[in-house]
Amino acid sequence: MNRFLDSDFFHDFLRAPVALISFCVVLILILSAVFAQFIAPTNPFDPASLELMNGFTPPLEANMFTGEVFLLGTDDQGRDLFSAILYGLRISLFVGLMAVTLAMVLGVMLGLIAGYVGGWLDNLIMRLADIQMTFPSILIAMLIFGVARGLLPPELRYEMAITVLIISIGLSEWVPFARTVRGSTMVEKEKEYIAAARLIGLNRWQIMIRHILPNVLGPVLVIATITFALAIIAEATLSFLGVGAPRTEPSLGTLIRVGQDYLFSGEWWILLFPALTLLALALAVNLLGDWLRDTLNPRLK
Amino acid sequence: MFHKLLLTAAAIAASTVTVSAETIRWARAGDSITMDPHAQNEGATHALAHQIYDTLLQRDMSGSIIPSLALNWEALADNPNIWRLKLREGVTFHDGSAFDSEDVVFSLNRAMADGSEMKELLSSVKDVRAFDALTVDIETNGANPLLVNNLTNMFMMDKGWATANDVLTPHDVAKNETNFATMNTNGTGAFVLVSRSVDEKTVLTANPNYWGKDIYPNKVTDIIYTPIQSAATRVAALLSGEVDIIQDVPVQDLNRVSSTDGLAVATAAQNRVVFFGLDTVEGPTSNLKVRQAMNIAINRDAIKKIVMREQSDPTGVIMPPFVNGWTEELNQYPDYNVDAAKALMSEAGFANGFDITLNCPNDRYVNDEAICQAAVGMMARIGVNVTLDAKPKAQHFPIAKGGDADFYMLGWGVPTFDSHYIFNYLVHTQTDKRGSWNPTGYSNADVDAMIVSLESETNLAARDATIAKIWAAVQDAQMYLPIHNQVLNWGMKSNINFDVQPEDQPHFQFLTFN
Repeated sequence: MNRFLDSDFFHDFLRAPVALISFCVVLILILSAVFAQFIAPTNPFDPASLELMNGFTPPLEANMFTGEVFLLGTDDQGRDLFSAILYGLRISLFVGLMAVTLAMVLGVMLGLIAGYVGGWLDNLIMRLADIQMTFPSILIAMLIFGVARGLLPPELRYEMAITVLIISIGLSEWVPFARTVRGSTMVEKEKEYIAAARLIGLNRWQIMIRHILPNVLGPVLVIATITFALAIIAEATLSFLGVGAPRTEPSLGTLIRVGQDYLFSGEWWILLFPALTLLALALAVNLLGDWLRDTLNPRLK
Repeated sequence: MFHKLLLTAAAIAASTVTVSAETIRWARAGDSITMDPHAQNEGATHALAHQIYDTLLQRDMSGSIIPSLALNWEALADNPNIWRLKLREGVTFHDGSAFDSEDVVFSLNRAMADGSEMKELLSSVKDVRAFDALTVDIETNGANPLLVNNLTNMFMMDKGWATANDVLTPHDVAKNETNFATMNTNGTGAFVLVSRSVDEKTVLTANPNYWGKDIYPNKVTDIIYTPIQSAATRVAALLSGEVDIIQDVPVQDLNRVSSTDGLAVATAAQNRVVFFGLDTVEGPTSNLKVRQAMNIAINRDAIKKIVMREQSDPTGVIMPPFVNGWTEELNQYPDYNVDAAKALMSEAGFANGFDITLNCPNDRYVNDEAICQAAVGMMARIGVNVTLDAKPKAQHFPIAKGGDADFYMLGWGVPTFDSHYIFNYLVHTQTDKRGSWNPTGYSNADVDAMIVSLESETNLAARDATIAKIWAAVQDAQMYLPIHNQVLNWGMKSNINFDVQPEDQPHFQFLTFN
């Protein structure tokens, strides 16, 4: 810990107001999502607790039928928006995190193999990556999502919605990881310590995992942070298009989709608050990622 | 670069100029499901078909029956089982071939064939014969004084065209079948199909040889029909002038549209009831007490106030007030009572509730998905744990109709204005000829017999008594949970003169401009 506090990295971090603020925003959002059930006044995922007559209550105004007051108002079903945002944030963060993990594991493995083994395997993996790069990742995610929904029996479709979201976003974002890791691996494998490892008889896997992997992880963390922001946006986009999280268990994207219908009629809060939350989250993660990239890249110093 | 920009600007300007004042850009939430006029008995599908195909008879704005392709009609004095219809002379199809009695015989038989959704309307018909080139006899099983009421959505196709293109029978939408007529048309109607891209855009142009040229105003030269599912996008399209008329102004935007200069909202009660259907054969809903509990667990007043913003009439029966057989008593809906509902659930042995999936359309009825969501909450209060499965109607209807759904939403309009139409589709046991929209499994031989007897009952008082009896049986069985009757809100440019049709069926040959 002391080593970390003394490091250049931490020193730079304290001098970078953008990074500090972004980090705080992300931290607050993550904490409020994790502890949502203690912070949120209601459980928006429990349909029995919804009172339809509370619908469309403006923020901090008493509902004209029930007299109840809500911090950020309610949506069309009488759901407390503040609670819905906290729970929705949890889905968005969870999907983002899992999707990035999946993309990272997949991308790093494929990149390591492509870079270290080379030959036709390298060609195969990289051409696959090239093909995937020609399609926008949201399109790939929608394709995977659609196919998975079609294959699943109807009774599982909704239970599996979140899992399918994670897989479809994860599978659509592995390419940058693979490309970066492949490049770094090709540089590393020519170095003497790898030759030494080979000489003492370690097998390919041991060399890849124990010796190369730790040395190529720096850029991976940067990509992971930026991909995390992309994955959150991708989840919101899918849910906004109505193919992601169901309306009875809304994520931020679903809430924005619902709110969109009521923008013209003046019920602005249903759209605005979830949108602001999504904006704050995506922006903060992105800024943090940018800063990480600049800090960890010695050439930019 | 600048040159290119100029060119683009010129192209945009040119494309806007070609849209003249007589072109109507028409939008609603969902597209027509098929262009085959007998394959789907559904409002939006009929709405597009009515522009292209004609029926023998039609309803005017007040609901009375007036001539269309048939000029007059009467039951023969010596044999009331036979209706004789005289056809209009000199009518041609869009491809130029003449319309005659053979086409009527063909179309009515086609509408009674397998795969047709129109066959319940003709279930009393025994035979259709051409008397001469312009006279058709329809023979029924017993005298059916109300047969002509069933012909207002019965579209006429060309026998020669259907034979040449191998569309002698309708395609079965529920089985995902298609045929040539799914995308191609040949009607006698006021408009000719120019191009169609499903769920995107359908273009129609005025039929130069239309028989009604001198009868109706016919001010519209072209129709561009665009389905826009998102409520906000649809309203935005109307506000920005991108479309001229939308058939379903979202209830939350009524004030916004009517207070905008140059736009107007025309409102009328709609001949359409929206309800939930329940499986009466399998699962917890096969228990009558469960169905009764679910019925009183629905807070219809809250749905009206919050979801519908007062734009609906809650009801206790699956019948709009336009229909013969409607009474104030039937229309009374039960009080919302969670405690009584819970008690019924306990009596039925489901004190701990159960899981069920609610199949719901999301582009068909006013706020359909929001109503279903509200129902999820209301059902949760009595322990019924509902998974909501909302889909576009093209996917929803086959599920709802197929009998796989345990709990589903449906809306029903009544073009014949008679209870028999509801019974024949929604109450009669599901058979080849009848009950095609009754996937609930409800089957009662006495009720079936009474429904069939309505088709040949000439004594109207006795007929009404039978109707009342059937309604009593339906109310007791509770396989349907009525919600409300819809209110129509058409939004349009204020220079358009167009009466709201209670069946939500615009006939654009009647439209005029101020």
